[in-house]
Amino acid sequence: MSRWILLGGLAVLLFFAIPRAAAAAPEADSCTTCHSGLEGRLGKPALGMADDVHTRRGLACASCHGGNPREMSMGAHDRSAGFTGAPTPAQVPQFCARCHSRPEVMRRYNPKLPTDQFARFLTSVHGTRLAKGDTKVATCTSCHGVHPVRAVSDAASPVSPTNVPQTCARCHADPDRMKSYGIPTTQFEEYKGSVHGEGLLARGNRQAPACNDCHDNHGAVPPGVTSVANVCAQCHSATRDLFVRSPHKTAFDILGEAECTTCHGTHNIAFPSDEMIGAGRGTVCVRCHPADSGAGQAAAQIRGQLERVKSIIAQADALLARASTAGMDVTDANLDLNEARTQLILSRAVTHAASPAEIEKTAGAGVAAALRATAFGDAAMAELRFRWRGLVVSIGVIMFVAAALWLKIRELESHR
Amino acid sequence: MEQQSDRRPVRIGRRSFFDYLFGTGLAALAGAILYPILYYLVPPKVKEVTASSVVAAKAGDLAPNAGKIVAFGGKPAIVLRTPEGEVRAFTAVCTHLACTVQYRADFKHIWCACHDGHYDLHGQVLAGPPPRPLDEFKVTVKDDDVIISRG
Amino acid sequence: MGFLQHKEVPRHRFAVTYYTGGITLFFFLIQVLTGLLLLMYYRPTADAAFESVRFIMSKVQFGWLVRQIHVWSANLMVLAAALHLLATFFGRAYRRPREVTWLTGVGLLFLTVTFGFTGYLLPWNTLAYFATKVGTEIAGDVPVVGRAIMVLLRGGEEVTEATLSRFFGIHVAILPAIMTVLLGAHLLLVQIHGMSRPIAVPVRGGEPFYPHFVLRDLFVWVLLLGGVAALATLVPWPLGEKADLLAPAPAGLKPEWYFLFMYQSLRLLPARILSLEGEKLGVMVFVFGSLLLLAVPFLDVWAQRERSHRVVTAAGIAALLFVIGMTIMGLRADR
Repeated sequence: MSRWILLGGLAVLLFFAIPRAAAAAPEADSCTTCHSGLEGRLGKPALGMADDVHTRRGLACASCHGGNPREMSMGAHDRSAGFTGAPTPAQVPQFCARCHSRPEVMRRYNPKLPTDQFARFLTSVHGTRLAKGDTKVATCTSCHGVHPVRAVSDAASPVSPTNVPQTCARCHADPDRMKSYGIPTTQFEEYKGSVHGEGLLARGNRQAPACNDCHDNHGAVPPGVTSVANVCAQCHSATRDLFVRSPHKTAFDILGEAECTTCHGTHNIAFPSDEMIGAGRGTVCVRCHPADSGAGQAAAQIRGQLERVKSIIAQADALLARASTAGMDVTDANLDLNEARTQLILSRAVTHAASPAEIEKTAGAGVAAALRATAFGDAAMAELRFRWRGLVVSIGVIMFVAAALWLKIRELESHR
Repeated sequence: MEQQSDRRPVRIGRRSFFDYLFGTGLAALAGAILYPILYYLVPPKVKEVTASSVVAAKAGDLAPNAGKIVAFGGKPAIVLRTPEGEVRAFTAVCTHLACTVQYRADFKHIWCACHDGHYDLHGQVLAGPPPRPLDEFKVTVKDDDVIISRG
Repeated sequence: MGFLQHKEVPRHRFAVTYYTGGITLFFFLIQVLTGLLLLMYYRPTADAAFESVRFIMSKVQFGWLVRQIHVWSANLMVLAAALHLLATFFGRAYRRPREVTWLTGVGLLFLTVTFGFTGYLLPWNTLAYFATKVGTEIAGDVPVVGRAIMVLLRGGEEVTEATLSRFFGIHVAILPAIMTVLLGAHLLLVQIHGMSRPIAVPVRGGEPFYPHFVLRDLFVWVLLLGGVAALATLVPWPLGEKADLLAPAPAGLKPEWYFLFMYQSLRLLPARILSLEGEKLGVMVFVFGSLLLLAVPFLDVWAQRERSHRVVTAAGIAALLFVIGMTIMGLRADR
């Protein structure tokens, strides 16, 4: 009897003595067991490993840091078993690249993942400076985090698309940190107020670019002056095609002006407005073209074309609103108004061709559609007037009948 | 009701004059009422009675790899026949800035000219700024009519 | 028709009130005609109702006129019925032998507002949908049978397409059938009993119903026809937006004006009175009030003896002021 109690007690003891395994590691892992009991920077890596994308794929501490995880003592730090310890900041890129730059390794875990990150990193400003000994620059873990390294698709990852600007800004918006490099630190603020920043950060629209979409994911370098248009053209392809066909392309190349950003800004790209075009003050055109030059006049003409479409649309709108309040049904005019608005938006895009003749094609169609809507409104008002005339006639007849009745009644009365 | 002992041949009695007046007025009134009623009863020639379905096109007019913009519920809709021959319909209001999209036979899919948005033949966004796919409508082909309706 | 020719309409100070019944009838006849015309194009399904009304308004020739006259005449009919109620009440026209005339009359009044309530939903626009929701909610507060009435009216627990079908059937078939019976009885009784005179009012002779009073009636009707035509053309009722069942209720939701006094007074009640829910108590009061209205000829014992007691007059004025006051308050409420 006491034998069974002893055995039972031993079993209980053993049960509690078996070390807590790391979340996904199938066998005993001394790394997490020992380190989770430590304080401070030695204990931190062991926490949060459940969210690490590597752990979820079946890897463990030893997969990166080497050593012997089955050894429940400092013997786990076995150099002969490949133990490397924590890499220094300068060693980090190479450390990660041991797997992440080898397709034959990566395809076992995630076939979709590219393997050129290290190569790109070496060409980046971060990479080249690191090679020269500057350890203040960003390396893999600066942006991707470490212990845990979250997947990019994890919303809590520092490099999840909506978090990227904030992550870059950790250094690039810090004046003290950037002092020695002489780069501005206003980019994040400018970006936040820009149409891209507002789209990505305020509205969560993943179509809007973050820093890496223009500056290259791992090969972070400011785009060269002649390649800005190509960078923007990743999304704004139609606009770029128009620009390339315009006289501005050659001119900008000769002048060494950056395309797109010269007029629209780099990080502080605002939602474009019609006020940007023309020969007046505050337009982007007069920055280069005098108002009385041929180009200046063309700019003024283009602006005039846009304003004309807008004003006819506004007139049609007002007329239809009047007809609608008076009781007429105007939904059928909406199609023409939609068409007019489409042509207006198209015209705004076509301004990049810098040609009044090009604009006339779409602006003309817009005016025509708006005029059709106006015609509908006019017809509605005419119908309204027809109804009022009909009312007058009807009231006339009714008054006649009423008068006849009145006379008849009086006549009847007089007979009594 | 009143006796008329002898007819007075020449003078029209005031009584019958007012009756005549009243009768004319009543006839005019009856005409003024019947006129709109009769016109009302004549059915209008317009096709779209409800906005929930509309005959968009003649099936024979829609060749493969071609599309057409029609009005549906006050908004533009696009009816197209895929290169394989299937007829589909979507809203033609681009989800980016509400321009009217079009069918591009060279791309073999739907395209928005305003900012170069591309949609595949299921309405899903292929490229460009549109944030959402195009809503699809139900298509029924009856005899030679292509009818689109909200699903 | 023989007795028609013998019927006399008395002449006295308040004889103008004799027109009120005819005016109500006139508007009803307009409703029948325009309603039949609307039936030619209206479709009673959630999909098509709104669009069919829009079609009538914009594509059918004079469709706008038919619809606008129908809406205006509906509201004017309720107003006329209310005026007729006041005339017969204060004139004590309900006293012997005209008790049944009164009963059929009150029934006709309830029918009229029910016509209005069911017809209001038929265009299936936002305001109508939510007004019906609120209205049927309140109907559900009637004691004992309230819930059953609500489910029967709505054709389910919620206001849906089923409600539209029901209201349509009620509006164009059931109510007209009942109306025919009640109206026929009412008119027959009026012809049989002749016109009542207010108590203790000097009468200066009378005139034959036919042709004299008929022509006068016709005169008023012709003028009103002009008025309705003018209103229909110059002050059109908007169609609004199609009902979206998933959208939240619009701000400032109100029922039609003739229900406003009930709606407003119910809203003023506290949430709980004694141990009962305030709104339920309010509805019970209105139900009780309706029963009182029906019972007036039997309650006003003085009128039976050709005496006009001021208690009855005061009660009538009090009720009238209440209704007018609540209606004005309801119209001015901004919420």
